[in-house]
Amino acid sequence: MVKVSSWGRLSAYQHDVHYLSTSQNLGRTSGLGIAYGMGRSYGDECLNPNGKLWNTTLLDNFISFDQATGVLRCQAGVQLLTINQLTIPRGWMLAVTPGTQFVTVGGAVANDVHGKNHHMYGSFGHHVLELTLQRTSGEIIICSQRSNKEWFEATVAGFGMTGVILEVALQLKNVDGPWLDTETIPFSNLTEFYQLSDASEKEWEYTVSWIDCTSKTGAKGLLMRGNNAKGIVKPQPKSKKLNVPFALPFSLVNQLSLKPFNTLYYHLNCLKQRKQVAHYESFFYPLDNIRNWNLIYGKKGFFQYQAAIPHHDRFDAVDAMLKQIAKVNMGSFLAVLKTFGNVKPAGLMSFPIHGATLALDFSNGDERTLKLFSSLDAIVREAKGRIYLAKDACMPKELFEEGYPRLQEFLAYRDAGISSALSRRLIGS
Amino acid sequence: MAKMKKIVVIGGTSGIAHACMRIWNQNAVEITLVVRDKDKGQLIADDLRVRNPNSIIDILETNFLDAKRVLSTVQTVESAGAPDIVLIAHGSLPDQQKCEENLDEAQAALVINGVSPVLFAEAFAKGMLKRDYGQLAVIGSVAGDRGRKSNYVYGSAKGLVARYVQGMQHRLAATNVKIVLIKPGPTLSPMTHHLASQGAKGLASPEEVADVIVNGMEKGKTVIYAPKKWKLIMLIIMHIPDFIFKKINI
Ligand SMILES: Cc1cc2nc3c(=O)[nH]c(=O)nc-3n(C[C@H](O)[C@H](O)[C@H](O)COP(=O)(O)OP(=O)(O)OC[C@H]3O[C@@H](n4cnc5c(N)ncnc54)[C@H](O)[C@@H]3O)c2cc1C
Ligand SMILES: NC(=O)c1ccc[n+]([C@@H]2O[C@H](COP(=O)([O-])OP(=O)(O)OC[C@H]3O[C@@H](n4cnc5c(N)ncnc54)[C@H](OP(=O)(O)O)[C@@H]3O)[C@@H](O)[C@H]2O)c1
Repeated sequence: MVKVSSWGRLSAYQHDVHYLSTSQNLGRTSGLGIAYGMGRSYGDECLNPNGKLWNTTLLDNFISFDQATGVLRCQAGVQLLTINQLTIPRGWMLAVTPGTQFVTVGGAVANDVHGKNHHMYGSFGHHVLELTLQRTSGEIIICSQRSNKEWFEATVAGFGMTGVILEVALQLKNVDGPWLDTETIPFSNLTEFYQLSDASEKEWEYTVSWIDCTSKTGAKGLLMRGNNAKGIVKPQPKSKKLNVPFALPFSLVNQLSLKPFNTLYYHLNCLKQRKQVAHYESFFYPLDNIRNWNLIYGKKGFFQYQAAIPHHDRFDAVDAMLKQIAKVNMGSFLAVLKTFGNVKPAGLMSFPIHGATLALDFSNGDERTLKLFSSLDAIVREAKGRIYLAKDACMPKELFEEGYPRLQEFLAYRDAGISSALSRRLIGS
Repeated sequence: MAKMKKIVVIGGTSGIAHACMRIWNQNAVEITLVVRDKDKGQLIADDLRVRNPNSIIDILETNFLDAKRVLSTVQTVESAGAPDIVLIAHGSLPDQQKCEENLDEAQAALVINGVSPVLFAEAFAKGMLKRDYGQLAVIGSVAGDRGRKSNYVYGSAKGLVARYVQGMQHRLAATNVKIVLIKPGPTLSPMTHHLASQGAKGLASPEEVADVIVNGMEKGKTVIYAPKKWKLIMLIIMHIPDFIFKKINI
């Protein structure tokens, strides 16, 4: 047995960890288990206290890559980092990438992760050509948009419930190198944000905003937008790697540090050059340079609260949530607000809905934090929004059921040999 | 164009060897994987080919336990071109208790970890000596440095390898053929999955270990501990007096 946590470090229970290897037969080991990639989900979907975890990180082989078509086939434990390093110099990039490259392909599929380009490219699952899934019965299911479609749609965003993904074929996107043309533009309230964001989406592939959630005078923030650049020849930037060596007994993120940080960050960036050529790593993965940054939240860990709000309510609901957070004086260094486009979801349980998504980190302040979440949940529910399973550690079951209307359909594909802390909390088994 | 380096890996599906090959493969190289199971070898070969399409990767299936097959395998490899580097990586971690209970288990463990690597090394040394060129690397283990109750069958086979390499270094001293003994500490690989599951802490990553191995080989070292800290740890362990050692439960 080994102690295992997820990225939020809210718990560290013992797990019976099995490293999967190529010839593995899941059925042979007894007891319920759940797949574990890089553990970059924040809550409890990759955990199974006192039960089995199937660690996939040694399933890390590439299988084939077609330079002419950009089709990459690999095992599910390959990290996005490794794919970027392999394919970007050859002119191909992941069509969709989340905010960290330390995640496995299997994890990216299982949460159908989104990036900054949802309005143009949808989510990760839209670029998956084929999946090889192993059920705990030993059965292997190969599925895609065309064949065994129902299995494909259940497995993409299926948070590990349908089996263990062994192999993935991905369609990459053609690029001219590692550089992006980017712009940073300040805004001083939500109306301005939506105007700016909507206007940007026509010509910019990537858009994302940082907002100052400590501001009581409206959501001021910075919108960053970018496009893959062409014809730029520059030396690779030197990587500056920092490391947070250990968790302090308390969180460094508190009322004292939040306000000055947010104010400073805002003003520094307002001063910064608006137009820049940025390397993909600094643009897509700004936090990856600080190893173990999750330790700054101290021994008790932290939550990320990420909700998606439908288009018609995107102003009022987000406004109400921000006001609520500012009122109780809690919040995060990095509050992220972005829009989701009107795209047919790739999976039955996919998170993105046409509208907006707000994500904020909160130190684990126990009761206080949970109380805040209840009030945020009420707003999300009212707006018919949903909470992202990749980040969730405590949403109420009813909110889950209302937020994911295709749940019943999805459950037909569940593997009875699989269970996670999250599935027990939200599905009851 | 300069001739590509030719590398032969015996036990080409080993996790540690695979990590070494990923480093060598950053430049175009020719690699021959000698394996017992071709399908498993194929997976490694594909990975290396995707990572560097300019490399040439071959797979050769053989029996590792039969001296005649070892010799014919080495002849087949050599007839396709003389290797610059041969990495002998195969091995298998036995259950010590089963070895104590069952001589067949003990024999199998001694042969795959001790006799077989030596036979491969001996067969390759012949060709290398003829050409007066080449580097042989054999993976032993820190477990071969001092016998201990929980692991001495495996340890003694690894000790055999160590003594063999020492003798070979003597024999090769006046030549341009080099032989190096690699002694990994506990490393996360298919061999040790089950230990990791039992909560074994401090398993090194194969990448970290491979980095030390490849660097050490480039520098022409004769003994490589990987990770490096094991050199000091084993120095201490080897010097613990017997009367104390016997009281330690390792
Ligand atoms: C700094 C940071 C930034 C992030 N930014 C974004 C973002 O912009 N957009 C976004 O969508 N997400 C984002 N995330 C969340 C992250 O992308 C997802 O949680 C992702 O799924 C993590 O992958 P993992 O390999 O770590 O999987 P884990 O966290 O280990 O597992 C996540 C889920 O996937 C399942 N799973 C993993 N591997 C397999 C497999 N082989 N077969 C079946 N199921 C499997 C697990 O069972 C679990 O349910 C971010 C996370 C961090 C830490
Ligand atoms: N991992 C550690 O902690 C550690 C520590 C010290 C030393 N070592 C040594 O390092 C070397 C590489 O080990 P590893 O960690 O990379 O382990 P590994 O991934 O399990 O590799 C072992 C290799 O040996 C092969 N092999 C095992 N039994 C065989 C047999 N009977 N016939 C033919 N081939 C056989 C395996 O082939 P298959 O893939 O077909 O099984 C595989 O290629 C070994 O010599 C090992 O003793 C390892």
